[in-house]
Amino acid sequence: MVEFVNLTLSGITSGMVYAAVALALVLIWRATRIVNFAQGGMLMLTTFLAWSVIDRGGSYWVALAVALIAGLALGAIVERIVIRPVENKPPLNAVIVTLGLLVVLQAVAGMIWGGQPRSYPPAFTIQGFKLGETGLLLSPFDLFVIGAVAVVMVALILLFRRTDLGLKLRASAFAPEVARLLGVRVGRMLTLGWALAAVVGSLAGVLIAPSVFVGPNQFDAVLVFGFTAAVIGGLDSPVGAVVGGLVLGCALSYVTGYISSDIVTLGALAALITVLMVRPNGLFATSAGRRV
Amino acid sequence: MLELRELVVAYGAVRALDGVSLTAAKGGITAVLGANGAGKTTLLRAVSGLVRPRSGEVLLDGRDIGRLPAEEITRLGVAHVPESGGVIIELTVEENLRLGGLWRRENAALRRQISEIYDLFPPLRVRQGRVAATLSGGERQMLALGRALVSRPRLLLMDEPSLGLAPRVAAQIMAVLRRQRDEQGLTVVLVEQNARSALSVADHAVVLSLGSVAAEIAQGEAIDDRLRHAYLGF
Repeated sequence: MVEFVNLTLSGITSGMVYAAVALALVLIWRATRIVNFAQGGMLMLTTFLAWSVIDRGGSYWVALAVALIAGLALGAIVERIVIRPVENKPPLNAVIVTLGLLVVLQAVAGMIWGGQPRSYPPAFTIQGFKLGETGLLLSPFDLFVIGAVAVVMVALILLFRRTDLGLKLRASAFAPEVARLLGVRVGRMLTLGWALAAVVGSLAGVLIAPSVFVGPNQFDAVLVFGFTAAVIGGLDSPVGAVVGGLVLGCALSYVTGYISSDIVTLGALAALITVLMVRPNGLFATSAGRRV
Repeated sequence: MLELRELVVAYGAVRALDGVSLTAAKGGITAVLGANGAGKTTLLRAVSGLVRPRSGEVLLDGRDIGRLPAEEITRLGVAHVPESGGVIIELTVEENLRLGGLWRRENAALRRQISEIYDLFPPLRVRQGRVAATLSGGERQMLALGRALVSRPRLLLMDEPSLGLAPRVAAQIMAVLRRQRDEQGLTVVLVEQNARSALSVADHAVVLSLGSVAAEIAQGEAIDDRLRHAYLGF
């Protein structure tokens, strides 16, 4: 029983990080119908920037701020320069472009920082809490991870549901042409959408960095799991992304704990296939097609 | 108010509009009639900036807006209600209406406008918190028209508002257009296949056929022969 609780706790922590990555992918998918394969590279780059700050003696919080601001800028720049030309083109164009961008980002990071994985400090101790004599797989840093992602999610929900800017963002995603007819500058909204998504991704990068280390290819698995979580959740639903992340995080944690950590990736695949067999559109997809 | 001069719009090699010239007078309702594929919808899309004219001019109060992007044309006071309304079904009735007037950045005035729209179309007030997907066809058309009026446009472009509506609802929409013209001095360009419905409110009508103006009809003129010619070709 203790083991089950512990595996669940550790699953929730990593699940929140997958959820953040999934959320970054879903935000972009909803707005532009593009799967951003470069997300892993983008958050890798911003985490490297944060690492540089810490490496030069900067504080954890300054580094976190640098990562988030860099994410905001990187997301906007990528949308403006790389993605804008392939929007409203055949989907394969965007796939190739984002994959290409991933390769470029990884190569650039390798040139600047080298291929050696670097360690990244956690914000708080990773020593688990104790309940009497039993140690829990939940540390102050884990709580910080869960809390940080939760805060960002609530902030995003408030932004999308309660503000005029959010209304314009949603309108641009659902019906870009109609939005333009209503005076919404859809191009700006897409740029902003990418920037927001990249911020969420950057946060995930910094939060997961202590356990995966920072290197050009260290975040590949995070992207894969984030993508899996997004698909489990239906790819179209922010709530689904979060639930998908938590489901996947726990599933992988159980696989690691009860079977073997060698087959974690297989576990992710199994979780994905199981969900898609039961609900081919994902857990939270609105299966009804759009009618204008 | 609105003047088109020798407007040409082409999709690849196909000329959807082939040198159309027309004038929509301020404070009047201009009907654009014609069969399927005559270029009516393309004409509206060219005015609102959704398609770029290949040549010719779109003059709004004398200013050529033919090359402006759609969102900037909207901000000049041109509202376009596309075919079947273009209501965003994922958003609530209230959100749809709000979206219509956001660009003016006048929050208090916007709230007042929305409340006036609810007075104009009481069914919308009842459903203000529901997503638009739950509305009937007639209610969607009311919402689409209401959303356009929220921004207090100078020029309203309407694409087939009576399509698929019960005659009573269509008449209600036409009555609102007539009232907006009489009370607010709104200028309307009304695209319709349903000539009878459009001519019941129009001050002046233009018949398009295969991308060019086949006939112009002043109010009260006997129209049957020329209309039939444009629609049926004899």
